Amino acid sequence: MKRNALWSLMAGLGLLAAASAQAQISGNVVKIGVMNDMSGLYADIGGPGSVVAAKMAVEDYLKATKSSLKVEVVSADHQNKPDVGSSIARKWYETDGVDMIADVPTSSVALAVNQVTKDMGKAFVNTGAASSDLTGKDCSPNTVHWLYDTWMLAHGTGSAVVKAGGDSWFFLTADYAFGHALERDTSEVVKAAGGKVLGSVKVPLGTADFSSFLLQAQSSKAKIVGLANAGGDTINSIKQAAEFGIVKGGQKLAGLLVFLPDIHGLGLNTAQGLNITEAFYWDLNDGTRAWSKRFAALHGGKYPSSDHAGVYAGVLHYLKAVDAAKTDDGAKVVAKMKELPTDDTLFGKGTVRADGRKIHPVYLFEVKKPSESKAPYDYYKVVQTIPAEQAFRPLNEGNCPLVAKK
Amino acid sequence: MEIFGIPIQAMMGQLLIGLINGSFYALLSLGLAVIFGLLNIINFAHGAQYMLGAFGAYLLLNKLGLGYWGSLLVAPILVGATGVVIERTMLKPLYKLDHLYGLLLTFGLALIIQGLFRNEYGSTGLPYAIPEALQGGQNLGFMFLPNYRAWVIVASLVVCLSTWFVIEKTRLGGYLRAATENPQLVQAFGINVPRMITLTYGFGVALAALAGVMAAPIYQVSPQMGENLIIVVFAVVVIGGMGSIMGAIVTGFGLGLIEGLTKVFYPEASTTVIFVIMTIVLLIRPAGLFGTQK
Repeated sequence: MKRNALWSLMAGLGLLAAASAQAQISGNVVKIGVMNDMSGLYADIGGPGSVVAAKMAVEDYLKATKSSLKVEVVSADHQNKPDVGSSIARKWYETDGVDMIADVPTSSVALAVNQVTKDMGKAFVNTGAASSDLTGKDCSPNTVHWLYDTWMLAHGTGSAVVKAGGDSWFFLTADYAFGHALERDTSEVVKAAGGKVLGSVKVPLGTADFSSFLLQAQSSKAKIVGLANAGGDTINSIKQAAEFGIVKGGQKLAGLLVFLPDIHGLGLNTAQGLNITEAFYWDLNDGTRAWSKRFAALHGGKYPSSDHAGVYAGVLHYLKAVDAAKTDDGAKVVAKMKELPTDDTLFGKGTVRADGRKIHPVYLFEVKKPSESKAPYDYYKVVQTIPAEQAFRPLNEGNCPLVAKK
Repeated sequence: MEIFGIPIQAMMGQLLIGLINGSFYALLSLGLAVIFGLLNIINFAHGAQYMLGAFGAYLLLNKLGLGYWGSLLVAPILVGATGVVIERTMLKPLYKLDHLYGLLLTFGLALIIQGLFRNEYGSTGLPYAIPEALQGGQNLGFMFLPNYRAWVIVASLVVCLSTWFVIEKTRLGGYLRAATENPQLVQAFGINVPRMITLTYGFGVALAALAGVMAAPIYQVSPQMGENLIIVVFAVVVIGGMGSIMGAIVTGFGLGLIEGLTKVFYPEASTTVIFVIMTIVLLIRPAGLFGTQK
């Protein structure tokens, strides 16, 4: 009798829960915070463009699904400083009702936001940061890593360069979490392929003059100068390498993380021939072209970087998961994101793995010669498509505790 | 032969590169020192004005087809003219007030200018090619010296030394220095002191723009190119002694060298070393290496 009463009570609670499912959205609004470098050396890769992409995703999602969700997008500048990033995240979660943070380039900041998000039980869809630790030793049940990572870059560009005969390397490494991870992952690829790493130099973030470091790379006599940096740092190092005759002297540059806006800033004269690994390029198919034209119209004519595409697709999938899970509770939504297959016009069909890694095909591009480019932003040609299963670190090799438990 | 494990050949190369970077520091800190020494304004817009010089060169080339050599003259004049306007309309009322007001005003201006350019041109920056006559380089045996960098050292030295000469050794410079000591008296001799001060600010700003034009082919022409530099250059001026012209020049080159060496021995500290030196110098000689205590 007692047990029956208990059962009916539980059933009643279950009904109640189902009836109030719609009300499980905190504050009745799903609030998405786009956090990135709005004004510094990474601002063209993410920056205000990521806000545009997030808003497009919200609009498209609500229009396509007629969902009753109320969604708001806010944004902030983390200035590439982990302390600034984690205090914005804390304030957003604690007092501003933000449910999910998107983008967050700069691995050191991303790792900090990753921790805060986990502590507060919210959701984090990272597209901008590179460190493969986000789905490795620092993986979290509240984080999805969407776009790319250092493992992917190392195995894309790194293997291609080694295969082409570049078997001795010297690294110019950005001196923080991202650069260290990228150098580590690339060195492993180089060594596994029988190559040698002759040395590396750790360069402070945002250094304007690379000549001293380039000279060190030159005297190392390495065949390949690996640029384990990003954004303005990569641009300056490529530009000054040309000036100091690095390429003319027989050494080759390997830009390990290069985005479309970087190529736009460098100009094809300087950038031609570079190998680049990216998961998105505007000119891949009709879907990406149509979306990119819409994006450019909203973003002052600037074409999207892969980060912008990642923010769009990540937000789209997040909203889908919120509706499916009928809650905006961080861990539950992220679990739902892993459960549902992903499908969007920019990355095609894919999945989010148990460690939070989003899986999709990745492309090895070569930068066109000025004579091959027909219009502004017509910069890449596809050299090779790396299938989704091969593009990212195998699930069991990342030492992610979420995976080890299984 | 080796010095601390670095082959002497490599060391020579690094020293030379330090000198090149030092010439930018010298050129920029010179402008700051002139403005501070003669106007008592701490010009925080200096980095933005350096950026304006680089953008000036870029725009002159792409909109009017004016090449590097023309820009070297025209861009500083144009940017200097904006400096004159700023001095006349905004800085003038602040001379009677504390230094802090001039600092805050110019700091605000810098943020506005940089923000406007970032909005228009993005943060990635724009490419600017090395002028044809200076492309290529010389093999010095111990390093490959790009011709353009050699030109930067020479040009910077010439500009720095002639500025020092004009201010310290000529009659015009004498008027300027006298006007900072006692403007009323100099005015009484029939010299238009306000106009002289306006032109001095314009000249200081033009120096920043000149450095900007020279930097355009080396770095990316980007809105935040002066943002980081200005802090370093301030440290240079403080170490040299606020307002000391020679101090700014010598310290600029000297710190370029020290920074260059740090990039070899402990690259992680290369952006910090100048501030460490600044702290030490301020503790031992609060007026800076070449400054005089008032």
